[in-house]
Amino acid sequence: MEPQSHLFKQKAKEALDDANLARALKNMHAGFQVKRLKATEKLPEFQDLRERGREIKNHALENLDFYLARFEERVTEQGGQVHWARTAAEARDAVLKICQSVDAKTVTKGKSMIAEEIALNDHLSNAGIEPIETDLGEYIIQLRHELPSHIIAPAIHLNKDQVEETFRENHTQLDPNRRLEQVQDFTDEARTILRQKFQSADVGITGANFMIAETGSTVIVTNEGNGDLTQTLPKVHIVVASIEKTIPTLEDAATILRLLARSATGQEYSSYTTYSTGPRRPGDQDGPEQFHVVILDNGRSALLGTEAQDVLRCIRCGACMNHCPVYGAVGGHAYGWVVPGPIGSALDPGLIGLDEAHDLPNASTFCGKCAEVCPMKIPLPKIMHHWRVREFEKKLSPPRFRQGLALWGWFAKRPAFYRAGTAMAMGVLGRLGAKRGRFAKLPLAGGWTKFRDMPAPEGGTFQKQWAKHVRTRGGSRT
Amino acid sequence: MGKACSHARWVANVTSARDQILGDIRRALGGEEAPGHAEAEARLAGHPRGLIPKRAQLPTAKQAELFAAQALAAAATVAEVGSPDEVPEAVASFLAGHNLPQQVKLTTDPYISGLPWDRQPTLETATGRAEDADLSSVTSAIAGVAETGTLMLASGPDRPTTLNFLPDNHIVILPKDQIVGTYEEGWDRLRQQGAMPRTVNFITGPSRTGDIEQTLQLGAHGPRRLHIILVDTPD
Repeated sequence: MEPQSHLFKQKAKEALDDANLARALKNMHAGFQVKRLKATEKLPEFQDLRERGREIKNHALENLDFYLARFEERVTEQGGQVHWARTAAEARDAVLKICQSVDAKTVTKGKSMIAEEIALNDHLSNAGIEPIETDLGEYIIQLRHELPSHIIAPAIHLNKDQVEETFRENHTQLDPNRRLEQVQDFTDEARTILRQKFQSADVGITGANFMIAETGSTVIVTNEGNGDLTQTLPKVHIVVASIEKTIPTLEDAATILRLLARSATGQEYSSYTTYSTGPRRPGDQDGPEQFHVVILDNGRSALLGTEAQDVLRCIRCGACMNHCPVYGAVGGHAYGWVVPGPIGSALDPGLIGLDEAHDLPNASTFCGKCAEVCPMKIPLPKIMHHWRVREFEKKLSPPRFRQGLALWGWFAKRPAFYRAGTAMAMGVLGRLGAKRGRFAKLPLAGGWTKFRDMPAPEGGTFQKQWAKHVRTRGGSRT
Repeated sequence: MGKACSHARWVANVTSARDQILGDIRRALGGEEAPGHAEAEARLAGHPRGLIPKRAQLPTAKQAELFAAQALAAAATVAEVGSPDEVPEAVASFLAGHNLPQQVKLTTDPYISGLPWDRQPTLETATGRAEDADLSSVTSAIAGVAETGTLMLASGPDRPTTLNFLPDNHIVILPKDQIVGTYEEGWDRLRQQGAMPRTVNFITGPSRTGDIEQTLQLGAHGPRRLHIILVDTPD
């Protein structure tokens, strides 16, 4: 998809004024945070498993060329085909070519963020092939011509009344007076409509949570069962996956899967975890006749060996965004690209460029919750900090910000001036604000005082107070 | 500069995407030369186990209990019978309990085929892959994983995958001696049986979605009900 991350500030502002969005995002606390906490508490080994998961992914990344080549070898041995794509364009062309080779009219799709990344739906539509999203959330946003706002709950930004409107507008073949009240009414309606699509599709496209080098298997983890119908019923199954999804063995998958569902939805295990190895075998009564894996790089290999490499450990559980105060306020669309939230802020600058995405690493309070809940122990704030430094070096931040920082830097590097300057400022502000104890307006601090009062300083600078504290406690500086 | 650029483009065009991606990875990881991958080779050959949760390390007798409790927690239903002979009756009574027609589509693996279906004359059985009209299926499983109440099913000529997903009601027959503690033990069982099957399904409870207002709803696209019949096996 075309990145819109340069519009982050404007879109975030609009999102904050959107009452429907605020209502929808409110469900996240009970829905994701509480359930995750309960699930992790039920498994005493959870924290140790995070460390194991981290080690597996690090090992896989350090041997990625080897494991990818082995994966390809195994897929080919089983009668499948691997297609390599350096760019989004190469990946969508590869998919289109396969679809055209079987004269496909319609294509069903399981939820895949890689398919979103390469803007596959538009590419297929333009070539006269109808793509049909089958994950309920993805189906809803496809009808609404929207993009997913969350990697595991694509329609999290919507409320039931909005979905009702969408279904009534689109499912005109159904009785206009039918009941659409309970969540079950919506689920049943989508189920009935999509059943016909599953059966008539020529090609099924899914993503992959993992590619297993040991066996050449691709793995999908779902709750609805749509991914399985997508890949079992049509005569061709195409998997689109990015290079970093590769892990060594089935045992490694078992370890990481103990983390995935618990971190994502707070389930012990997702309803369906499916390992696909090659096309249907002799004697099989169902399953695809062709099995293709399109492996996408699109900027990921360039992150290896850099300070941002750790983002490639991500297993796309969504825990970081589920716990992020910024995501919780602005939702996913403001981020302007496929992967939103803290992982997006850490990953997107590496994939779509800092020029486009430099606002994202700044969309953080650095509260650290994202790193705390990440099952793969990705140091998300540290990587965002890395991008902020690059942003400063590339002179992408606003001039006023840079000037202010330069001024502060000048003082900070000259302790005598710094002490004198801050002592003077504290003194003046302390006297001015002594009466009310706070400022409602302050020159040069409008960004702060526009939304809240600035407390007036009491007493001396921090350094002065600390020195006094050390003296009275009789302690020593360590 | 311009020359270098066009040279790079020329190189990119003649190098295959595969070789370029693998080469880029190798260079990024620190070297033009393919480094040794002895550790990785050993990992693939030995597929060592990771950390196994304590909850899954139970005596065999306790594993069936844990399996049933976890499956129930995942919104499956569980029935127990004393011997394989009682399975057809248990299937019929599940269908009757939900006011479902007495019709099932069966897998044709030796275990399911060997059950005395003819003792339940009102129960119509058929075999083959699932079609849209099939309301209920009966399948076997490779293993039941006690850790999370998860069923492990493998595809094969006698076990079509569609039976696990298309019908509204999926009934799985699981002899208790096929219950293992962990996913890893399940993989070991499968490895003993030979090559990796085309499809391996780990199934935990019925189909569900939380995509609308984070409200849990069962029966999204796959089965609305998952019913597990545990069959007692001699110790």
